[in-house]
Amino acid sequence: MNAAWLPLSTLATSLFVTVVILALPEEARKLRTYINLLAAVIKLVLVILMIRRVAAGHEDVFSFQVVGGVDFVLRADALGVMFAGLSSLLWLCTTIYAIGYLEDSVNRKRFFGFFSLCVASTLGIALADNLFTFLIFYEMLTLSTYPLVVHSGTAKALNAGKIYLRYTLTGGVVLLLGTVLLYSLTGEHSFSSEEGLGNYLNDHRGLLILIFALLVGGLAVKAAMVPLHGWLPRAMVAPAPVSALLHAVAVVKAGAFGILRVIYDLYGIELSVELGVTTVLAVAASITIIYGSLRALAQVELKPRLAFSTVSQVSYVILGVCLFGPFGTIGALAHLLHQGLMKVTLFFCAGNYAEELGIHRIDEMDGAGQRMPLTSLAFTIGAMGMIGLPPVAGFITKWYLGIGAIQADMYWVVAVLVASSTLNAMYFLPIVHRLWFRPGPSHGKGSWPSEQHLGRLETHGWLLWPMVFTAMASLGAGLLAGLPFSPLDWATRVAIGEYLP
Amino acid sequence: MIWRFGLVDSTFDPLMTTHLALAATLALPLLLGLLALLFPPKRAWPVALASVPVLASGLVLLAAVEQVQLLRWQWEIVGVTVSLRLNGLSVLLLLMSQWIGFAAALYTPGHMRLTSVGPLGFWLWPLMGALISALSLIWLATDLLTLYIALELMGLAAVGMLLLSGKATALLAGMRYLLLALVGSLAYLLGVALILGHWGQLDLQGLAGVVEPGPVAWIAAALVGGGLALKAALFPLHGWLSPVHGNAWTPVSVLHAALVIKASLFILLQLWSILLPDTFYAPHVIAWLGMLAIVWGGLLAWRTDSLKTLVASSTVAQLGYLMVAFPLLLGPDIAQLPRALAWDGFWLQLIGHAFAKAAMFMAAGNLILATGESTLKGLAGSSRRLPLSLLVFGVASITLMGLPPSAGFTAKWLLLQAMVMSQQWWAVAALLIGTLLSAAYIFRVFRYSFDETAPRHHYQPLAPGMDLIALALAFIAIVLGLLAHFPLALMNGGGV
Repeated sequence: MNAAWLPLSTLATSLFVTVVILALPEEARKLRTYINLLAAVIKLVLVILMIRRVAAGHEDVFSFQVVGGVDFVLRADALGVMFAGLSSLLWLCTTIYAIGYLEDSVNRKRFFGFFSLCVASTLGIALADNLFTFLIFYEMLTLSTYPLVVHSGTAKALNAGKIYLRYTLTGGVVLLLGTVLLYSLTGEHSFSSEEGLGNYLNDHRGLLILIFALLVGGLAVKAAMVPLHGWLPRAMVAPAPVSALLHAVAVVKAGAFGILRVIYDLYGIELSVELGVTTVLAVAASITIIYGSLRALAQVELKPRLAFSTVSQVSYVILGVCLFGPFGTIGALAHLLHQGLMKVTLFFCAGNYAEELGIHRIDEMDGAGQRMPLTSLAFTIGAMGMIGLPPVAGFITKWYLGIGAIQADMYWVVAVLVASSTLNAMYFLPIVHRLWFRPGPSHGKGSWPSEQHLGRLETHGWLLWPMVFTAMASLGAGLLAGLPFSPLDWATRVAIGEYLP
Repeated sequence: MIWRFGLVDSTFDPLMTTHLALAATLALPLLLGLLALLFPPKRAWPVALASVPVLASGLVLLAAVEQVQLLRWQWEIVGVTVSLRLNGLSVLLLLMSQWIGFAAALYTPGHMRLTSVGPLGFWLWPLMGALISALSLIWLATDLLTLYIALELMGLAAVGMLLLSGKATALLAGMRYLLLALVGSLAYLLGVALILGHWGQLDLQGLAGVVEPGPVAWIAAALVGGGLALKAALFPLHGWLSPVHGNAWTPVSVLHAALVIKASLFILLQLWSILLPDTFYAPHVIAWLGMLAIVWGGLLAWRTDSLKTLVASSTVAQLGYLMVAFPLLLGPDIAQLPRALAWDGFWLQLIGHAFAKAAMFMAAGNLILATGESTLKGLAGSSRRLPLSLLVFGVASITLMGLPPSAGFTAKWLLLQAMVMSQQWWAVAALLIGTLLSAAYIFRVFRYSFDETAPRHHYQPLAPGMDLIALALAFIAIVLGLLAHFPLALMNGGGV
């Protein structure tokens, strides 16, 4: 039984709320908030429904013909709903957070409108069943994030927007070229099709490699792989909820997710290994991991450090894919979710420090643990996860990646993992140390850059609770990894059900 | 090729209703225009009411074409046979001109109220009517003489509309345009004379049967092509375009950019497919010029400080996409599939661009009207105060940039596929570079408008609906991209 309405209405929820928000007047703050939250909850419910349907073995498809030989297809498959679940859960959290964060600021209508459009695009990316549909939402994501990046309208923000577009639109054009070449070679190729492109191997080996390079090259821009990562640290000028959404879910994950789709669902992992492209990609991912960590170490401000940490962390997903084995695959898929939860927590914390105490630089964070205990606790959990310490979710990922590397006899990957974890510790632990163990303004030494008392608790409730929730989720994903429907469990299901030979 | 233009015999005689619909399509716009001169409408709703029969006639014709694919009418007038045809393509173009004309007419009362319209202003209505009637005739005509008459009527109506604003610069630009249009017509007429002298007929279908490649065909094609290229503002004959738009009223710009230049291009492609089937050089020269047009138009739009020049220069670049497709449509050794893809892509691009450019001119006109400034810098801060106009500009620009989901994207997709299949890598590169260049100039507009540090200006409030009409046009361009299957199926005679 095919419930075509399900993927369609899930997508339509965010699209519809975009239209409603843009149509409402700027002053209708309460109504906008209600509608936005209601839509986020409805969408989450719909995605949960979809996950249950997938767990029961149904794959709902919605499709129509665009032109001859090209269709628009949405399909709720296991990998798709995994990403859709992450994005809709974090949409709800980030929306709550953004309502608190943007209180009394201007242009909120534009912000929330494009925010919803951004999430709609992410959902479309998750559910797209062929490269054409994927491309539609991939470009929609580029366009809908631009107004968010330049939201503050300062010269710095406008420049960041310009650079963001230069990178992503060029990447989009490269991706378009690869897609057109592929369609010309093979015709439409559904992601759900069992056979890869192995039939074309004998006659078109060079062309297949070229197309792979174009597709992955275009996607790597959004996934912020070195040397195509230049837009990401600059985009940090955007408001904290945007950074949280861009970095944890939408843009970078869209790139990484696209690479997953290309390798697993389009080419097939055997063909990718046969072509030798996975080795090249593994090396590129390793370079990105190390380079991102080194650059993070050199940052003196909090948000850029988190940004470079993202550059590094997203490539774990790609590295895991390239290991070509059950554990690498599971590690990669689980990390897609884990990194999302942990990074969103860290950005929420950074936003809270900036809002409540005016902290932007790392050396201003001394003793903040006493003033903002919950925020600092959440930050500590996130940081531990990023380093890969148990019991936070990040540990699971690194463990699986490590086993995967050993099984694949790629010992140098283990070395990369160890080096990267050490670097992670080197740039996160000093912050944690500052938070808890260094005397600061709350011990009567100096003063906060610009302190406000936003709420009865350590900060505004709208800012606090989403952060607490995501921190708990990061912890829970690690502690309860063995339970059904945990990120690890779902990643295992995807890996076993679809990819393992 | 000529069967694609419907230049073949039809199997069914047209029904009585289609005769009536045809008469309404051709005559009503002109009559309504004259009526509006006598009783100038002050609001949009009388315009909407009056347009209903015209739009209805278009839909009746659409229904008829869906049933029988090709309609032909034939009359004997003083010994001369006049015939008209309507196939999937011409009915699509007819609907396009009717609906864009309708949108421009709806927009006009509000625009007239907000701008100081001189005593001549109300002549806009009959000219607009004449323009739509002439355009409808161009999509339907099947002989060189009718085409010539319709082309002249359209050109003169367009010049008249440009002169109406009465400003000195407008007069200058308008007279220059008139002069060039006359030169274009003269070249066209010479070509027609040559054809008539050599083959003794003007009927397109008859010509297709007797034309054989040779110097006569080449010279005639060059004359006709040169004249029409001048009228269509094909690169490098586009110099008159920006000044014309810089001084025109918004509804005039809308009609001109969306429809008038497209009509010349339509005739050009139709005549060349008869005179120059499977030639190598002529379409390739057009394509090379098209590549230059994409780059040059993009650069012009990128460097300019005036919003209207930006929108007008983008037309030059967008026409370049169409020019690049010429070798696929007319050239030799092109396989069936890439030719069919290029054919679909060509018309989808043309129609999508017409809707998007109409929307964009309206949005630009609204922005200029509201801010009182015609430069990009004058837009600073408009994202907060004129969000709707800017949103329309943005939605329209998605099609112009060729980003999904939009008609521009689907058209580009089809063209790219055709080019990849026929190994035209230069054309592929031109299309992709065009995408980036168009994004560069479009986002310059947004860069200025998102500036929050700008001083506050006084904004002129717009009449209700002025933005919504433009938004509707822009959305049509988007939806055409996703639902391209329907128009393309119609164009290819039902089954795909």
